[in-house]
Amino acid sequence: MELLSGADMLIRSLQDEGIEYIYGYPGGAALHIYDALFRQDKVKHILVRHEQAAVHMADGYARATGKPGTVLVTSGPGATNTITGIATAFMDSIPMVVLCGQVASTLIGEDAFQETDMIGVSRPVVKHNLSVRHPEEIPEVIRKAYYIAATGRPGPVVVDIPKDMTTPNERYEYSYPKKVKLRSYNPAVRGHAGQIKKAVDMLMAAKRPVIYAGGGVILGKASSQLTELTRTLGFPITNTLMGIGCYPATDKQHLGWLGMHGTYEANMAMHHSDLILCVGARFDDRVTNATEKFCPGARIIHIDIDPASISKTIDADVPIVGPVDAVLKEMLSLVKESRDKPDAEALASWWKQIEEWRAFHGMRYETSPDVIKPQEVVEMLWKLTNGDAFVTTDVGQHQMFAAQYYKFDKPNRWINSGGLGTMGFGLPAAMGIKLTHPEDEVLCFTGEGSIQMNIQELSTCKQYDLPVKIINLNNQALGMVKQWQDMNYESRHSQSYMESLPDFIKLAEAYGHVGVRIDRKEDLEPKLKEVLAMKDKLVFVDIYVDRFEHVYPMQVARGSMKDMWLSKTERV
Amino acid sequence: MRRIISVLLENEPGALSRVVGLFSQRNYNIETLTVAPTEDETLSRLTVTTTGSDKVIEQITKQLNKLIEVVKLVDLTEGAHIERELMLVKLKATGSQRAEIKRTVDIFRGQIVDVTSSVYTVQLAGDSEKLDGFIQAVGTSGVLEVVRTGVSGIARGEKVLSL
Ligand SMILES: Cc1ncc(C[n+]2csc(CCOP(=O)(O)OP(=O)(O)O)c2C)c(N)n1
Ligand SMILES: [Mg+2]
Repeated sequence: MELLSGADMLIRSLQDEGIEYIYGYPGGAALHIYDALFRQDKVKHILVRHEQAAVHMADGYARATGKPGTVLVTSGPGATNTITGIATAFMDSIPMVVLCGQVASTLIGEDAFQETDMIGVSRPVVKHNLSVRHPEEIPEVIRKAYYIAATGRPGPVVVDIPKDMTTPNERYEYSYPKKVKLRSYNPAVRGHAGQIKKAVDMLMAAKRPVIYAGGGVILGKASSQLTELTRTLGFPITNTLMGIGCYPATDKQHLGWLGMHGTYEANMAMHHSDLILCVGARFDDRVTNATEKFCPGARIIHIDIDPASISKTIDADVPIVGPVDAVLKEMLSLVKESRDKPDAEALASWWKQIEEWRAFHGMRYETSPDVIKPQEVVEMLWKLTNGDAFVTTDVGQHQMFAAQYYKFDKPNRWINSGGLGTMGFGLPAAMGIKLTHPEDEVLCFTGEGSIQMNIQELSTCKQYDLPVKIINLNNQALGMVKQWQDMNYESRHSQSYMESLPDFIKLAEAYGHVGVRIDRKEDLEPKLKEVLAMKDKLVFVDIYVDRFEHVYPMQVARGSMKDMWLSKTERV
Repeated sequence: MRRIISVLLENEPGALSRVVGLFSQRNYNIETLTVAPTEDETLSRLTVTTTGSDKVIEQITKQLNKLIEVVKLVDLTEGAHIERELMLVKLKATGSQRAEIKRTVDIFRGQIVDVTSSVYTVQLAGDSEKLDGFIQAVGTSGVLEVVRTGVSGIARGEKVLSL
């Protein structure tokens, strides 16, 4: 057997785990590890400009590929800088492993230089965390970390590595475990057959069914099973913000996404349904609105890998714990074998009703002859990229417009911070995707507020040549905050204006990129075409959009799903 | 409703803080908490008493089960069970109080385990209500110090919580 130092074991473990890229930032407690990195070339390290961005990069990579991302940082401030990124991944169940240096085990507890209790600090926002107590444990700890991060309901795992675990001259026998066994961790591998049967009987009997799918379908790689089941049943389907792309958005059975800024027809169909088939979603407050008014006539089938997601906010009539792909597959074969068929007559009149709803609002927005509307920017880019780009966003109005007007027909292409709503997510996430998808178009829709939260990464983009397209929907305000202030605080715009915005064009140029400003409506299409033609350049597109636009539909606070604002003046 | 949840936990550093952290993070109640290693030194047995609606209790057990170090758990209050708590109490004991306290201790089947000229230290085991009852019976004015272990519990009959 080979003898390796702890630091070399760590890097070898990453190689044996098949890790291609790690994103990180060095510092004292991680220097032995960085030295081991230097002496090999299989695992490539991307040096960011702020540790938060390293985590979002790993996150973007994970969301686009379905594989866990990897981060490496030093102790203390390096570790604490990752927390927002880790919390972002945690809320959206994204698999990743964050390797943190730590002061030597002999110093822990003494308030040593750059000592932070990362196990304690990260505990509420990780799926699990592990510390290395002996160098020999490193291969096993790393294997465990990836196993836990990627299986069951995925999530971030932090590994705390005291500096004396990686000392160069202390060598130990290295072997990478093929398997891990954890007696206390056994995620479900299939759903309960009896429950699935019961669910199928309910599907067949339903008069006004709707399928409500979430991010779990994407994480569980079950889009094709979901699509086949939905088409076989002929039911309407809606999905959450996190589920965008799990079913083709341009398909006629798709009602758009639901919830606070969901479509009129999706929210209406949910409210009036008699049966909801929830697949990998969690009835979160941005979907349900007031839980006591939620879908009064609906019975609920809930499929989820995480039992704690079931009946947490809304009680399920038929809970099914299991991986969504396996459960959907089993459901589909039962549906196909069944002598019963869905109630065609009831479905036809349900669809008639839904089409009326669809025609009523239809995601219309007012256009203007001279002002650029944010919605039309998104629609135009959807067309110009043939609906095939990877799209990341930051958080705010631009995020909602991107989600509403870019139609995703494939999973893993819509990438946003849904659960935590982290401004600053978009650019680094786009970078993580571009790095591994150099041939694909990667757009980052952002706002002049959000982009400034991780703008320093323009420098990383230069170093690694990451030609993403940054689409800044510049409304010269923290638009979403301002919208709430318009609606709930009589337009008192407390701290929601951004004065003294930088010249983003010069800023992009200062970092060695291209900047393009668009402030006239007639320039929009030709300039966007020029931007997309610059294949190998990062282009920062600063688009001056209507400063007064609001996102609609918007659910009325504390109402039911069907209570919505459809424009500044229409409330239903 | 009051519940007694009994948990088999990996006996590892940090495992307990995860359990406690979960309760505060999700706004669940902890009334008492006890933890100690079992006959299998790789496992700890933790007992927590808590209150909440059925929905909250269901969430507590599900969230506990999600912790990687939780091996198994049971809500003891769902079936017949035995619960015990140990209490040590220091009581002012002078003059005629001495005989009176002694009698009360006997009624509650406790023991006086330490004596000075003015203080009795009493040991008492039982369910929490019995311990509360003892304090009431001797009267809080004479109580100098109370220390309780919190509830430990086990199912009645042949049911066991093990690997
Ligand atoms: C880190 C962080 N801080 C604060 C918020 C609260 N917040 C939500 S949207 C928003 C405004 C975002 O402004 P901008 O990026 O310009 O987007 P716009 O809404 O104008 O499109 C703010 C401050 C947040 N989501 N994240
Ligand atoms: Mg803005």
